[in-house]
Amino acid sequence: MTATTTAPGVARLLAALDGVFDPELDESITSLGFVAACTISADGDAEVRLRLPTYFCAPNFAYLMAADAYDAVISLPGVRTVRVLLADHFAADAINSGVAAQAGFVQAFSGEAAGELDRLRTDFLRKAVLAGTDQVCRALHASATVPAGHAGLERLRTLTLAEVPPSPAADRLRWRRAELGLPAGDDALLLIDPASGDPVEPDVVPLHLRRARLTAVSIEANASICRGMLHNRYRSAGLGESVRSEPRPHKEKR
Amino acid sequence: MYEKDGERYFVVDGHMHYWNAAPDNWVPGQEQYAKGWIECFYAYMGLAPPETHWPIEKFQRYSEDDLMKDVFADGHVDMAIFQPTYLKEWYKEGFNTTERNALMGEKHPGKFVYNTRFDPRDGDAGLDELRRNVERFGSRGVKLYTAEWNAGSRGYKLTDPAAYRCLAVAQELGIKNIHVHKGPTIWPLDKDAFDVSDVDHAATDFPELNFIVEHVGLPRIEDFCFVAVQEPNVYAGLAVVIGGLMHARPRFFAKVMGELLFWLGEDKLLFGSDYAIWEPRWQVEGFVDWDYPDGAEFSEYPRLSPAGKKKILGLNAARLYGLEVPAEFRLPPEAGTPAAQEAARLVEHAPGS
Repeated sequence: MTATTTAPGVARLLAALDGVFDPELDESITSLGFVAACTISADGDAEVRLRLPTYFCAPNFAYLMAADAYDAVISLPGVRTVRVLLADHFAADAINSGVAAQAGFVQAFSGEAAGELDRLRTDFLRKAVLAGTDQVCRALHASATVPAGHAGLERLRTLTLAEVPPSPAADRLRWRRAELGLPAGDDALLLIDPASGDPVEPDVVPLHLRRARLTAVSIEANASICRGMLHNRYRSAGLGESVRSEPRPHKEKR
Repeated sequence: MYEKDGERYFVVDGHMHYWNAAPDNWVPGQEQYAKGWIECFYAYMGLAPPETHWPIEKFQRYSEDDLMKDVFADGHVDMAIFQPTYLKEWYKEGFNTTERNALMGEKHPGKFVYNTRFDPRDGDAGLDELRRNVERFGSRGVKLYTAEWNAGSRGYKLTDPAAYRCLAVAQELGIKNIHVHKGPTIWPLDKDAFDVSDVDHAATDFPELNFIVEHVGLPRIEDFCFVAVQEPNVYAGLAVVIGGLMHARPRFFAKVMGELLFWLGEDKLLFGSDYAIWEPRWQVEGFVDWDYPDGAEFSEYPRLSPAGKKKILGLNAARLYGLEVPAEFRLPPEAGTPAAQEAARLVEHAPGS
């Protein structure tokens, strides 16, 4: 296999991998730094090397990311074969051979798993919808589209997606909702129950928003620990990684 | 004890270890897991201030003198609670067993609380061991590692009938505090192994026991908070929150603290250094100095007073464990009772955001 990471084909691979998300962190595996390397030969044989923050990262999520990476790359025109290789993980062999065989999770972990991962993925998409709702609501307050405080609550409750100013966060929220089969059209309400799709009753709007915020904080905190662990483990950026350092607080009191 | 700005803090380290993870303690054939485990821990140390990092050799096996210096002489800790983790599938003498902790601790009377453990998969022999440990070491708490591997099983749930039997026996023996680790885990592979719903059921069915969820259910803080607001006997262990975020990600730390103070309140949070992953000194000093950064996103969160920090750093754990707190460290009556169960309430009508 002849390839370098600067070949034009690699950029295309990376763009495809941008669309593969860590379901738990709701963030692309490239921006998280999980793609250690990827190559493609002149004949269209692609190889993607993945790495994770710890040796014991949950194998179910690891499997989903490896399988999704396979699907994303194999669907590119001109790609003939794909090898996905997760490294430095206790279940790497099972995951790599399972993905290679297109075997599905249950077969990859023969005797240890009782079901496929659709339900897990759905649960985490629901969390992503809640967290995305928080993002969108914050932007609405920041831009004064919706007043802060009590006056804004009723407005938020009746706001439709068409009334939300366009933004990447708003697009993403719609996409997530559509993926779950939740209302995602222009006339759909912004605030819905992420399980049923029902409108949120007026008296539970504050609690709903608090839950959305909490879910966003949880995902962000988890992602920040994962980034720190990955950095400590490898001391190098992944391919396509967005290197973010958290801005230090203005008045850090220590 | 720690003193700052005229305030005196009685510090209980609610979660610390005396482990041996050096290569001569690795089980033959399981070396990759033993090595993977301690290296995973070691990467967490990287989230601490650089001047507190250790070489990996010391991290694998540190000495009694290291511990006494880091935790008590330098770390401001008055009492420390050993949380054992056995992992005998990977470590010959275990990772840090009740015996190992107590043999060391007994040389330093009055400094340590020896929690023990049970494993429902060990059956009657496990319960006999629990009885012996409670009798010998006076344990009033257990650390449960539900993800631990055991003879082909890769974990259990608190709601398993065998686990309920153990909880009932533990309660009879005088155990009060159930520390549940919800952390890196492996099984069941196809479910969300961080799921905290088993704590919810167990806490309801064992109202006399306190359930301290270590690492606040990270990475499922939201699920944990929803459980904790409904169960008056569920508490949060802050190991990993302070150690993993306060230095490395201060803004996320502030948000997580804000959420925990909002959903659970200062009576439900227990400091734990997770030593030797992180030394207590920088955590205690940093937490006493801590306040929210500037920024609108922090403005809605409950503030934390010195009285609240005193509860979190020691008084809450002292209450749960019945530890004697010298008079000069206690709070005035108007500051409330530390670790009060009634402090957690479901937030029905939060102020508008």
